[in-house]
Amino acid sequence: MNTTRLIIVAVGGQGNLLASRVLGEAALLSDIPVRMSEIHGMAQRGGVVESSIVFGDARSTVISDGEADVLIGFEPSETLRALNKCNLNTVVITNLAKLPSFTVTTGKSVYPDLDVLQELIRNKTAKLIAFDAASLAIKAGNVLSVNMVLLGALIQTHTVPLSAENVKEAIIKRTREAFVESNLKAFDLGFSAAQGLG
Amino acid sequence: MHKLLTEHSGLKMLLLGNEAIARGAVEAGVAVGTTYPGTPSSEISTNFFQMSRESDLYFEYSTNEKVALEVAAATANSGLRSMCVMKHVGMNVAADVFMTLAYIGVKGGLVIVTADDPYMFSSQNEQDNRYYSKFSGLPMVEPSSVQEAKDMVAYAFDISEKLQQPVIFRTTTRINHSTADVVLGEIKAPQTSGDISKDPFNQVPVPAVARNLHARLLKKLETAEKMSENSKYNFIMGNGVWGIICNGVSYNYVSDAAKDLNIEHRVKIFRMGFSYPMPRATIKQFLKECEKVLVVEEGEPFMEETVKMLAQEEKLTLPILGKSEKYFSRLYEFDPALVRQSMATCFDVAYTPAKVPDLSDIPEIPDRPPNLCAGCSHRATFYAVKKASEGMDTICPTDIGCYTLGFLPPLAMGDFLICMGASAGVSCGFSIKTNKKVISFIGDSTFFHSGIPGLINAVYNNHNFTMVILDNGTTAMTGHQPNPGVDMKELDIDGYGRVSIEEIVRAVGVSHVTVIRPYRVKKSIHAVKEALNFKGVSVVISKEMCTLYAKGLKKARGKPFFVSDKCKGHKNCINELACPAFYIENQRVNIDPVMCSGCSVCAQICPEHAILPIRDT
Ligand code: SF4
Ligand code: SF4
Repeated sequence: MNTTRLIIVAVGGQGNLLASRVLGEAALLSDIPVRMSEIHGMAQRGGVVESSIVFGDARSTVISDGEADVLIGFEPSETLRALNKCNLNTVVITNLAKLPSFTVTTGKSVYPDLDVLQELIRNKTAKLIAFDAASLAIKAGNVLSVNMVLLGALIQTHTVPLSAENVKEAIIKRTREAFVESNLKAFDLGFSAAQGLG
Repeated sequence: MHKLLTEHSGLKMLLLGNEAIARGAVEAGVAVGTTYPGTPSSEISTNFFQMSRESDLYFEYSTNEKVALEVAAATANSGLRSMCVMKHVGMNVAADVFMTLAYIGVKGGLVIVTADDPYMFSSQNEQDNRYYSKFSGLPMVEPSSVQEAKDMVAYAFDISEKLQQPVIFRTTTRINHSTADVVLGEIKAPQTSGDISKDPFNQVPVPAVARNLHARLLKKLETAEKMSENSKYNFIMGNGVWGIICNGVSYNYVSDAAKDLNIEHRVKIFRMGFSYPMPRATIKQFLKECEKVLVVEEGEPFMEETVKMLAQEEKLTLPILGKSEKYFSRLYEFDPALVRQSMATCFDVAYTPAKVPDLSDIPEIPDRPPNLCAGCSHRATFYAVKKASEGMDTICPTDIGCYTLGFLPPLAMGDFLICMGASAGVSCGFSIKTNKKVISFIGDSTFFHSGIPGLINAVYNNHNFTMVILDNGTTAMTGHQPNPGVDMKELDIDGYGRVSIEEIVRAVGVSHVTVIRPYRVKKSIHAVKEALNFKGVSVVISKEMCTLYAKGLKKARGKPFFVSDKCKGHKNCINELACPAFYIENQRVNIDPVMCSGCSVCAQICPEHAILPIRDT
């Protein structure tokens, strides 16, 4: 079976690791080989969290520069930063809600313009799906469900070998009971948002 | 029930590498686990800690790695299967025990997990601990996958018991923090009691005994090598004449690359899983069947040196390549493309690397450096010390923990760092001839770990510095593990003692000891000033619970603060404190009420008294 390499970048606290776990669990449910790797050294202190997920027949859990098939960015400037992982065939999905770092919020550096950012990503990859996942998360009833919104968008693109049913089952299995309903709603909102975009 | 205690053997479960190791230990019937926490090994212990509360497993957070290994050495010599877990640099702390324990050996299995950190994702160096096996003469195994991380634990225990020697279980971050599906095996119930069979002429290594024990160690090493020759974890794949010798995660990159480059039929891959002692006879035979060999290993040329030596013994002249500018660096970690490229170069295979996009037109992306949490008590302490030492010429040695981040501006508190506990010793040294005021920072857990001997040295040798102990009631950096200063009853856990830092400090003879509450800014500055002016050793204990930890324990937090209209825009709060809850909008300073923990420190330093608590409406 072919391999699909997915990178997720996020800021500590955005629920990237949970999103990876859900995808891993969904792969397990669909009998698709999966291996993942995460770097979350100082995540709790506001740093960047990166996880790589490799579906299919491969042993590596790490994804080299230029070799991601899909990139999901939970935060637009982090998506841009991870562009070195992409190539002309990469599909990129990004949240457009900014989480400016402290250097930006205190006026010590400038946040890249969102239109320019999207244009750059679009030019250097196969496809960009960009939308405000944060507002959809709020609409789903849980600000913290940005991760589930983006998973919905991912599944809609058919870029990874997982079905919506399996991912939803994994969400039910893997996320806290109190949040299952809003998480599933977030997933659906993300799924529909990705339709017609990109 | 803890998920790693699931009985269903044969079940497939998605596990983190560290969970797999913990499960492997349970399947091997581990009776005792000990550790000092350290990334990337910490989750092994977290799981042990949780499981010990609902099973027969005994687990402890020991004060440091040396003690952890001493405890495990004794339980293993009481016949109990024991596992001692640490990060790579922890082995340096435990090395004194380790080197002589190699002479004494064990009765029940003892597996020592060392989690190395190539690229230093969360460490101060990237030492290659495989050398510890060669150094001590103890066998070593290295998994390449999450499944192996589980399976090889029981295997390591078996080797340990057959040889009556501790076995090193060496991982790297990319094993510890990888996740994959793992097929579970059967759980073996741990032995619940043990005893030493007294045998002083084998267990008390006075010189005359030690001379025999060293000879015995070398004998055991010969047996170990035979096991390594026959180990299923040292396997050869393929029949080609292009030889590749690899270990750990490198094996994954090599086998993927052989497929990607379409040279599976031309290579012969030797995966070393029982990697010390290396199976010399098998390697020699392997070399004879190859035209050229590439050794793929992260870190130092550990295998490469041995392989080259073996070729010399056999008078073989085939090229053996590895660490060099053309192939592999001794720095950092590998990745699939790097290994693919080196294999293509080495064996002269056509290969077009993936095209990385041209990034020259990407605007500068603001950094996202890690920062102390909003309301972190360390920030308050650093601020107080900074103010108290204004105008003084200072040197500030720091230590290992969240507070290391205090070296970043604007706090800029931290001039020198080596390893756990070193702040105390180096402060003694810096105070000798520099004529500057030395102020050192050390956390509670690090103080217990190895700060105390340095402090005793300071008192005894009459040094002159101020030690600031940042006592936030937890080991925050590695995920909030308890330490001897923590009141375990607060966590609803019985059966623990508690050690008071203040009593230790007084007991070792420090005459100027102050305890401050760092959120009381003025008082703290005043108290620190007094300590700084004291000639000799003074200690300031800054006591306030880690904010993040308090949040987790659902401890009541203060009300969040907001910036009122009285703000005149001095921005002292941002420029001096840099609490991440601040942001600027339309030229105005604001506080994010969700992030603000209500520590009130910014309110106390605002010259306009413009920062006020949000009132209930
Ligand atoms: S985890 Fe605790 S000690 Fe570490 S930065 Fe956050 S508040 Fe401070
Ligand atoms: S009170 Fe001030 S310093 Fe404390 S957390 Fe809130 S904004 Fe930060």
